[in-house]
Amino acid sequence: MSEIRLEIDGKSVTASEGMTLLEAARGAGIKIPTLCYHEKLEPFGGCRLCIVEVEERGWTKMVVSCVFPAAEGLVVRTRSEKIDRIRKMIIELLLAHAPDAFELLDLAKEYGADRNRFEKEASFCIHCGLCVRYCAEVKGKHAIGFVDRGVRKEIAFVPEIAANECWNCKECFELCPTEALQAAYVLTTAMTSPLSGASIPVPGKSGDHG
Amino acid sequence: MPLINSPAELDTFREDILSQRDPNKPCITLCSGSACHATGSHDVAARLAEELEKQGLAKEVDIRRTGCHGFCERGPIIVIHPDEICYFQIQPDDVPEIITETIKGKKVIERLVYDDPATNEKIVQESKIPFYKHQQRLVFGSNSSVDPKSIDDYLAIGGYNALAKALDRMTDEEVLEEIKKSNLRGRGGGGFPAGRKWEGSRNDPEPVKYVIVNADEGDPGAYMDRSLLEGNPHAILEGLTLGAYAIGAHEGYIYVRQEYPLAVENVHTAIRLAEEYGFLGKNILGSGFDFEVKVHKGAGAFVCGESTALMTALEGRVGEPRPKYIRSNIKGLWEKPSVLNNVETWANVPMIINKGADWFTEHGTETSKGTKIFSLVGKITNTGLVEVPMGTPLKDIIFKIGGGIPGGRKFKAVQTGGPSGGCIPEDQLDLPVGFDELTKAGSMMGSGGMIVMDEDTCMVDVARYFIEFLTDESCGKCVPCREGLRQMLKILTNITQGKGKEGDIELLEALSETAMEAALCALGKSAPNPFLSTLRYFREEYEAHINEKRCPALSCKELINYYIDPTKCKACRMCFRKCPANAIDSAKNKVHIIDQEKCTKCGTCFEVCPPKFGAVTKISGQPVPPPVPEEERTIRKSKDK
Repeated sequence: MSEIRLEIDGKSVTASEGMTLLEAARGAGIKIPTLCYHEKLEPFGGCRLCIVEVEERGWTKMVVSCVFPAAEGLVVRTRSEKIDRIRKMIIELLLAHAPDAFELLDLAKEYGADRNRFEKEASFCIHCGLCVRYCAEVKGKHAIGFVDRGVRKEIAFVPEIAANECWNCKECFELCPTEALQAAYVLTTAMTSPLSGASIPVPGKSGDHG
Repeated sequence: MPLINSPAELDTFREDILSQRDPNKPCITLCSGSACHATGSHDVAARLAEELEKQGLAKEVDIRRTGCHGFCERGPIIVIHPDEICYFQIQPDDVPEIITETIKGKKVIERLVYDDPATNEKIVQESKIPFYKHQQRLVFGSNSSVDPKSIDDYLAIGGYNALAKALDRMTDEEVLEEIKKSNLRGRGGGGFPAGRKWEGSRNDPEPVKYVIVNADEGDPGAYMDRSLLEGNPHAILEGLTLGAYAIGAHEGYIYVRQEYPLAVENVHTAIRLAEEYGFLGKNILGSGFDFEVKVHKGAGAFVCGESTALMTALEGRVGEPRPKYIRSNIKGLWEKPSVLNNVETWANVPMIINKGADWFTEHGTETSKGTKIFSLVGKITNTGLVEVPMGTPLKDIIFKIGGGIPGGRKFKAVQTGGPSGGCIPEDQLDLPVGFDELTKAGSMMGSGGMIVMDEDTCMVDVARYFIEFLTDESCGKCVPCREGLRQMLKILTNITQGKGKEGDIELLEALSETAMEAALCALGKSAPNPFLSTLRYFREEYEAHINEKRCPALSCKELINYYIDPTKCKACRMCFRKCPANAIDSAKNKVHIIDQEKCTKCGTCFEVCPPKFGAVTKISGQPVPPPVPEEERTIRKSKDK
């Protein structure tokens, strides 16, 4: 694999062919925030938080770094007034759904986002798709998926699959940035096996949202 | 079934068809597109066949059921050849008279011909009617002369000639060069040069390539792709095959929404016939070139018109756009180079190959060549499909062809480019339609939807309507689109309901920026356009709604009241009788009063109040005057004061 050199935030960075900007930046110790990225999973490009500015032949454009391929001679900026403004808005939009999620609150602090900017609409899920993709791509089980589309989109376990597969796995639980997943799972088990559903031990994070 | 093995055989076959057709034999063409189907074209056709049989003319007169003629406002339409006598809004019961009077008696039936509302002149021939006269129907014109289910009809007008020419006398590279030289730009929305897109695919080393027809037209009020595919499917197949030849593809797809059943049916028939005749399949016209086409019925989602979402759907997965930065013409369907163009773009291709790029570039403007089909709908006298050269001023389309605004109302704006397009106000009506001109005016060409709005339209509500449509149709994958649109819709709804507050416009602008800069696909990136363009030209309406709680167009229900002017009310009781909410207090000879508490603002009283009285008025941003005191309610009976 051939090496390429690019400039990120004024720093000369070496990357290899096929890397994304995000990977190149992280490899050089430059932090770009993400919510839907996971190194084991195919890039999703859904949260758009990792947006950066790219300068190429005198043109500046906004791209999301988790899918934009690193290329020789690119000039990249990971922070600017505009980038911060867009990230702040994205965080605020998500805080309307999950106002108490730790990851979002940390980001809110960094970008000066207001958790009350938009009217609260508790759905907890921010549609990062980590659980859905992990189950499909890593475990190959497809026990959880998105249903519907647009503003009505939700995550849901497929009860028939979840009843068999999820008991001993629950690897997706820790991926969830808002703890919405546990709630969805408890709801599903409560529906499929009402008696045992009530006492499912939820690993890791604190809340029992059932 | 003839299998045509060479361009020479095609010529002979075509001559054969033409020799069997007597140009002087009467032929009745009946418009049978979806719109006319809905207004009874099917029954008219049945009656025509029946009556010709009854009057012993079945052999002397041909009937041809064609696709859409464009003038949908007046369908079903009959054109009687060779004299080109044109009748509108035909009902089955008109048929016997048409046959006895016009076919047998050679007489024109006055009541069925076009009556020009502007001049009160009766116009008999289709091409002389203002709606058609000012058009240039290069692409759409054939729709009215071919039966989409007959390949012979298409061959009779020179169909598949371009394909024969290309395979016989042009290299694949020459076909590509011709398209590049023609500067044909994609008619689906983006306006990207078709030749450059094709070239990218052609030059990619990957041997497997695809060509795709985007027939997922989903813009509210737009149906030009539907009409083309329904009415002239072979033209699209021929264009697609030429594209395949140029880039080296051997497989093509037509992605058509299943809500277009007639288009699906006709395109299936066309593919079957083209295969039988040897225009598709192996060794086309004996050239050694192989190409096959498959039809994919889409489930009708607006986002599936977006190129990467369409390809994802073609692959059998949920139609969501893909997040990659590599163009589809390099990595598209199944990661292979794929040329995706919409129906109208493909329909232009045979014409360019037949007549040459130089002929094509004589039409249109500097940067937008050829013609464009628009779907003219809304508050317009002549609803329908119109095709004009690029560069035609909006004013000509709306007033010369469209016949202006009905009901003596004033023009306010025209929305172009579909939901992600924008509104263009009256003072910009001289704007020539072209890709770059429309973009500069804050709107876009899009696929060619054109919604005309009159003075009664509230522009804030228009923005709200389109954002609502997009909220429904967003795939929901990325945050700026899913969440941003959700919030934009909330704010816009609040404004139209009188709950707008200071800072709303700025917040909408910030949400727009996030969507434009950060959304994943073109749907999200262009979604703020309805808001931004209405704000640009009608900012005062936003401010009136927010600051004065007033809707200047008197359209937003929550911000208006109906009021009966006591000096004009004649106590006719019409409003009282029609009010569905029993909100009107009426008595004989007494001024009627609307109970504002009970009023649901349905507007019935306003509509039914006789125009000569005009007593019911709409008010906004001001308090409703108190009801007339009981002792003053009696209307004195004196007729002349």
